[in-house]
Amino acid sequence: MYVMPILTPRDEAAVRKEFERIAGPVKLVVFSQELMAPELCQQNEQLVREVAELSDQITVEVLNLAIDRERAETYGVDQVPALVVEGSRDWGIRFYGIPLGYEFSNLIDSIIVASTGEPTLSEDTLASLRALASDVDIKVFSTPT
Amino acid sequence: MRLAQHMSVASDRVRSTVIEATEFPELSRAYQVMGVPKVVINDRVQFEGALPEHEFLGAVLQAVETI
Repeated sequence: MYVMPILTPRDEAAVRKEFERIAGPVKLVVFSQELMAPELCQQNEQLVREVAELSDQITVEVLNLAIDRERAETYGVDQVPALVVEGSRDWGIRFYGIPLGYEFSNLIDSIIVASTGEPTLSEDTLASLRALASDVDIKVFSTPT
Repeated sequence: MRLAQHMSVASDRVRSTVIEATEFPELSRAYQVMGVPKVVINDRVQFEGALPEHEFLGAVLQAVETI
């Protein structure tokens, strides 16, 4: 069966250009659970695989939220579809839902910063974040358009 | 909203989750999402719209302030 690609050739060319900045291996860990959200999980997996095709530094691992419970707990993932963007280690970058539209550029940027480990933030911000004494959970609600 | 993810990379203390609001209606309702982007930090500090970096940081610091 032929599945229509999500990314257009133009998208792919733009992403490849961005991915020239990838500085090391990145692992995209996908959590699916077909029983919960079959179409969303399938589309999410497809998108992640299409993105991973655009750089030989990116690998994909697909896990099942119901089966791979320990991994889900370690990552703090309790929804599907979910995506963890890991670099040399788990930085704490998560996506719930299919990162398309506006979130797509966010995903591409996340992959790059996960690979470099070098956030583009001011010295003041970096110093304040280094001094944090407790955990911070940031939820960003977004939509594709 | 790339700031949240960059902050995650900057500190082991920071986790960021981008949530596609229309695909997670229950979560969106629970957090009273009316407009996007909406940012919720430690279920304690929230704002709508994009903020410049120093204001975003201010919200993060406010969220971890001890009462």
